[in-house]
Amino acid sequence: MRPLTEEETRVMFEKIAKYIGENLQLLVDRPDGTYCFRLHNDRVYYVSEKILKLAANISGDKLVSLGTCFGKFTKTHKFRLHITALDYLAPYAKYKVWIKPGAEQSFLYGNHVLKSGLGRITENTCQYQGVVVYSMADVPLTRPPWRSCWPWESTGMVER
Amino acid sequence: MGRKLDPAKEKRGPGRKARKQKGAETELARFLPAAGDESSKRLSSRARKRAAKRRLGSAEALEMAKFPGAKPLPGKLPKGVSGGAVQTPGKKGAQSLLRASQGKKRPAPTHSSEEEEEEDDSEEDDVVNQGGLWGSEDSDADMIDDYGADSNSEADDEGEELLPIERAARKQKAQEAVAGSQWSEEETEEEEEAEEGSPESGPQKNDETDGGLQINVDEEEPFVLPSAGEMEQDAQAPDLQRIHKRIQDIVAVLRDFGTQREEGRSRSEYLHRLQKDLATYYSYGDFLLGKLMDLFPLSELVEFLEANEVPRPITLRTNTLKTRRRDLAQALINRGVNLDPLGKWSKTGLVVYDSSVPIGATPEYLAGHYMLQGASSMLPVMALAPQEHERILDMCCAPGGKTSYIAQLMKNTGVILANDANAERLKSVVGNLHRLGVTNTIISHYDGRQFPKVVGGFDRVLLDAPCSGTGVISKDPAVKTNKDEKDILRCAHLQKELLLSAIDSVNATSKTGGYLVYCTCSIMVEENEWVVDYALKKRNVRLVPTGLDFGQEGFTRFRERRFHPTLRSTRRFYPHTHNMDGFFIAKFKKFSNSIPQSQTGNSAASTPTNLDLPEVKDHMTPKPKGSSHPAKKARVAVKAKQQLQKRQHPKKASFQKQNGISKGTDSSSPTVSCDTKSQASSKLQDSSQPAQKAEVIRGPKVPRKLKQQLAMPQASKKVAFRKQNASRVTDTEVPVLSLSKTQATLKPEDCDQPFGNSKRAEKVKQQLPEQPFKKAAFRKQNGTPKGPETSTVSLLSSSRPPPAKRRKSQSRGSSHLSS
Repeated sequence: MRPLTEEETRVMFEKIAKYIGENLQLLVDRPDGTYCFRLHNDRVYYVSEKILKLAANISGDKLVSLGTCFGKFTKTHKFRLHITALDYLAPYAKYKVWIKPGAEQSFLYGNHVLKSGLGRITENTCQYQGVVVYSMADVPLTRPPWRSCWPWESTGMVER
Repeated sequence: MGRKLDPAKEKRGPGRKARKQKGAETELARFLPAAGDESSKRLSSRARKRAAKRRLGSAEALEMAKFPGAKPLPGKLPKGVSGGAVQTPGKKGAQSLLRASQGKKRPAPTHSSEEEEEEDDSEEDDVVNQGGLWGSEDSDADMIDDYGADSNSEADDEGEELLPIERAARKQKAQEAVAGSQWSEEETEEEEEAEEGSPESGPQKNDETDGGLQINVDEEEPFVLPSAGEMEQDAQAPDLQRIHKRIQDIVAVLRDFGTQREEGRSRSEYLHRLQKDLATYYSYGDFLLGKLMDLFPLSELVEFLEANEVPRPITLRTNTLKTRRRDLAQALINRGVNLDPLGKWSKTGLVVYDSSVPIGATPEYLAGHYMLQGASSMLPVMALAPQEHERILDMCCAPGGKTSYIAQLMKNTGVILANDANAERLKSVVGNLHRLGVTNTIISHYDGRQFPKVVGGFDRVLLDAPCSGTGVISKDPAVKTNKDEKDILRCAHLQKELLLSAIDSVNATSKTGGYLVYCTCSIMVEENEWVVDYALKKRNVRLVPTGLDFGQEGFTRFRERRFHPTLRSTRRFYPHTHNMDGFFIAKFKKFSNSIPQSQTGNSAASTPTNLDLPEVKDHMTPKPKGSSHPAKKARVAVKAKQQLQKRQHPKKASFQKQNGISKGTDSSSPTVSCDTKSQASSKLQDSSQPAQKAEVIRGPKVPRKLKQQLAMPQASKKVAFRKQNASRVTDTEVPVLSLSKTQATLKPEDCDQPFGNSKRAEKVKQQLPEQPFKKAAFRKQNGTPKGPETSTVSLLSSSRPPPAKRRKSQSRGSSHLSS
């Protein structure tokens, strides 16, 4: 387990910024303590410092996971965001898409969403923008296999 | 699944079929004389009495209300209704199986008998009760006796040419017609639920004969054990029906063995036969069934076996980090799930009766709003009661249900270390925790026994130990056959090691914690009470109430074993009584971080200890007298008193491990120190006088001696001690304290015991106590057997506790020692 290097941090923040823009700072400085990102086995974990202290005692090969996994770095050092980061990104998301209840089930089980299934959408959302999908009840939606690392844009909508 | 043409079967129920379409049965009944006989035989006892009365020609008594079936039936009906309302689905399922297993499949009476059984469930429902209740209803009916009135009036109307039998049959039909409306729903349900082995005719006959057994004992042949030839035949081609009937008969015989036994057959023969039959019928291995027969009384045994054939209801736990139970229930109901709150004891549990959508794939599940978890798995976490901002260790966490429950109770504060030794199952832990939004957890992949070396000092620890799984046979029927003695003992050994590691990982001085919960999903005593008892002897822990107000108490004795009385605070759960998986939960409180150097850890220690205490006492009194120094004598006397008190205390208190351990640790250090010091002093002064010893103990010489002694290898230590001891005078007085069997013999060699040669054989250890007790008689020897064993706290053994711990115990225990 080690902190991220400059390069890695840059790559990761760029990716996250696509969804939440400049609100990145809010992720780090939280009212209930400082959180940091750590890299372990090519995965980025978002943990609070308290947990970090205890986790330092665990040897690297025995540590499996800590805090929340945000995503992982691929072999070519690209960063893929995981669905597990949803809980943290959703509150700060810049571009949101709400889908109707009927389309919600279909989306959850892996299908694309047609334009007719859209309830609301933030203005100025350009094509291929990273968005967070919500149900009408403002619940950010996950879908099985929920641990897959599909970036949100690929599950997105079929416009027009 | 077509209807069988059974002329003798009564048509009951309010439905159309019962009323309109009598079918061939009724036609046959008119023509076949045999049918008439059968119907007369099938008359309930009430009907028989009525027939008898009619024959006597007591017409006056029969002119009662015109509504024949109304009165007795409403009496039954409220019971039925209330019974139905009270029943939970699981219980209903169990009830129906119970009925089937008892072989009472008659529709309407079965239902009422089901309620009777329900009421008598706790009292071991049996045939006698059944028949008795049935009989009482008959007497009620007799007093009113409406049936007779109706039939009699009918008979009168039609003239006297009808035979009594025909009158009875007609009366029965009238009875059915009235009763039909009330029983139709139950009848169909019962017919649907009748899947258990015995076919209907068999159980009906059983019912008849059992009922007959109740009323007319002479009618029924007493049960006879099958001969060897029959048994062989059974082995080859088991006839499940016959075996089932035989099981019931044997249980009935054993219940009333004195009167119903067959001459010349012993009880063990019946039991042996029963074991074989149960093993065949329920497909168990002989070993496991033998263990179960030791564990349960016979009636409960059958219920337990039946309950293992049926899965427990699906339960889920609301994830309060993301939603509330009310909202979740609403959302699931909207999706088409039929559910209910789990019970008063759980604020987050829901039980699912049926569902039109897969319960593990709803959007709520994917969003992490709930977790599929067995009801009994929620209990250990409730017992653990984790507080916010604590450090918790979950030693065997996969698949993560308990860990996530802990996290939600802590509201994502504090830290949880979730560990499991199985890498494959850890993936599910990661998945579940992420899904449920748990953020305060570290997941690691250690063997649980490596704690606390890796990291320790936790506020609370949960150990859900790997076990033989005999409580969850309904989930995994393979357990019935693939478990044998070796498996159980291997599991028990592993559990003991894990439990000791877990205890060592708890920080006893934690402000809010210091608790450990040990639980297994097994019902075997070897894996539950025995392991807990072992830990009580080996470590400074004691059992505390779990906080669960239901569940059966753990055993304090089982067959030849005796456990600590506080084991009553542990809890056992069974599938057939609580409708949840078999489970065992024990909650420990650690009161000291030091590890006692007990090496004997005998379970029989307590008894010898007690025997020894009087001896010690006797020895003690002469010693003070023998003191040559008046001043010291006074001191000694005081000490002696203290010691006596201490010793008496443990003697009076349960002498089992816990007290021993607790006191032992306290007294152990002083004791030990006394011993060593005394030995040292004796070495120096060649005097075994307590006063001198006391002096020595206080003196600085002792530590020096101790250190010298400690420095020596244990073997040589022993030799050295021997020499010292030999030089001593009053060694014979050394009480036999030692817990072990060899206590009675005081030997000088025992002196070295106090140093806790862990490597030594038990014998050494056992003799250990003798010396300390004798010499340090006045210290608070507490006479606890553990004392000597645990006396090796810190000081003595060079191998064990680190200095820090030593200091702690020392300060706690003896004020004399200066480390």
